[in-house]
Amino acid sequence: MKKRLTLEQTKALWGVIFCIPLMTGLIMLFILPLIQSFRFSLSSIELVEGGFDVVYQGFGHYTELFTSNADFPRALAEAVVNMVVNVPIIIFFSLFAAVLLNQKFRGRALARAIFFLPVILASSAIANIDVSSFVGALTSGSGSDESNALQSFELKKMLLESGISPVFVNYVTGAVDRIYEIISLSGVQILIFLAGLQSISPSLYEASKIEGATGYETFWKVTFPMLSPLILTNTVYSIIDSFTHNSINELISSTAFKLFDFGLSAAMAWVYFAVVAFILATSAWFISRKVFYYD
Amino acid sequence: MKRPAAYAEQFIIRYNPAERAKRWIWIVLRALLISGFCFIILFPLFLRLSVAFRSRVDIYDPTVLWIPRNFTLENVEKAIEAMQYVPATLNTFAISASTTLIQLVSCALAAYAFARLKFRGSGLLFGLVVFTIVVPPQTIMIPLYLTYRYFDLFGLIGLFTGKDSVNLIDTFWPFLISSGTAMGLKNGLYIYIFRQFFRGIPKEIEEAALVDGAGVIRTFYRIMLPNAVPAIVTVLLFSFVWQWNDSYYVSLFLSKVKVLSTGLMGMGVAIGGEPDPVYFSILMNTGVLLSMAPLIILYLFVQRYFVESVERTGLVG
Repeated sequence: MKKRLTLEQTKALWGVIFCIPLMTGLIMLFILPLIQSFRFSLSSIELVEGGFDVVYQGFGHYTELFTSNADFPRALAEAVVNMVVNVPIIIFFSLFAAVLLNQKFRGRALARAIFFLPVILASSAIANIDVSSFVGALTSGSGSDESNALQSFELKKMLLESGISPVFVNYVTGAVDRIYEIISLSGVQILIFLAGLQSISPSLYEASKIEGATGYETFWKVTFPMLSPLILTNTVYSIIDSFTHNSINELISSTAFKLFDFGLSAAMAWVYFAVVAFILATSAWFISRKVFYYD
Repeated sequence: MKRPAAYAEQFIIRYNPAERAKRWIWIVLRALLISGFCFIILFPLFLRLSVAFRSRVDIYDPTVLWIPRNFTLENVEKAIEAMQYVPATLNTFAISASTTLIQLVSCALAAYAFARLKFRGSGLLFGLVVFTIVVPPQTIMIPLYLTYRYFDLFGLIGLFTGKDSVNLIDTFWPFLISSGTAMGLKNGLYIYIFRQFFRGIPKEIEEAALVDGAGVIRTFYRIMLPNAVPAIVTVLLFSFVWQWNDSYYVSLFLSKVKVLSTGLMGMGVAIGGEPDPVYFSILMNTGVLLSMAPLIILYLFVQRYFVESVERTGLVG
């Protein structure tokens, strides 16, 4: 007689069945490629008829990257610097925008709809097309010479004259100059922060109001701590989001599919992965020390 | 007879000018900020719209600022021709729609298993899923390409057809297979969203279904899925839009088949000998506008769900 399975066992069985597609995918399209890619980075690959040959080479590609490759260190530094510069600005901006959009005012639905438009239009293919030549075309056509309308020369001058450190001034004015880029990168982050703001219990605000807290105090003592887990989420998301649109991505693809140097390209990708993993781990560690969990 | 100070005090109590001024300043400031940001977002879009219908004559006419004097569809026609707009749009739509539906199913199934049908090792498996989100796609790019270039499905295909492998590059199969096995674009994120949502649905509902004699599959599609509509909407919207905009996987797997994002990148070559660089950039931007157009039209209808969906998915908290 067949032994009947307990409820737990049935459930576990179905769990395994439900996961079969995922497991196939994980093995075929993730774990094996990951191992293979690491193997490639240690070897040279030659395409032969009906497949490819892998010849072990040792760490030659890695040393080549940092000693004789002209493009890689620069592209890597650029990608990392961009990430480190952009992520804090994106977090600040999206938090600010979410707080703004969470308040009640006329036309809020319209404003929200417009703020999420960049989520739809954030296509790397579109971003690759040179917008400046386009703006130049319009301004030369219309005869106006105020093509620098979105630049902050005055602001920069004033801040520098007031004795603020140039590094900081450049950072801030740089962010102002790239406001379109920042806005278009922070759509999802605004959504996540907005959702977080909606989920803060109104009784906390009531209590702080009764205690006589001002709006400023309420923000820093209630809103900010309650949103701090989401700052972690959004930081991780922003870092991950920067993978697909940066210069190193292009370099890796062109090394693989134009030069057909698969081994070198795999080595580049692994170095990039190591750097990103390091940044992710340190930033997550730093932020999670400050994060406040309500329950 | 009261002293003037008393009057002043009464005035302050009654009208509270400081508070009012503060409130009004904030309202004005907020309106300025919001309209400013909205302007920054919409400006390029309006610019593109204005330029798209402008004829060659108007480009160097300084009196034409926004509304073209000689309205023309010539740019649009040229751009449509250069980027093979109609087949490219159909291909893009086919890929986006099919992957969206398939990965909805595969991600929801896996997420339900992670949320409710725990088995030995499911925690580890979920950890791997999260790990897939973190690994840059570039790292596994080449092996992934080679997997589809010499596709043999663990040797099974060789067993049945006798050939060593099949070439799936330049077909839709890589997209279908990736999404069917929940390894498509950002699928780890969708699994995470679904899992969070399924965990939020009370266990009692499931138990009631079980007592009434429903099996696991029936519970899943009669009880859990109808309750998970917000999560489904979120995943549907985002996966469609992200797949539509994706140029990374598309340019990896498709070289001859034209889709919108690769068509856009190859458009400069396709236009070819256009001597006027200004007119050239106008054509390029008409192309950008054309490739955005279907999504913008879609967005007009579903933008409400976008905003609401994330708030209700339980992604947060």
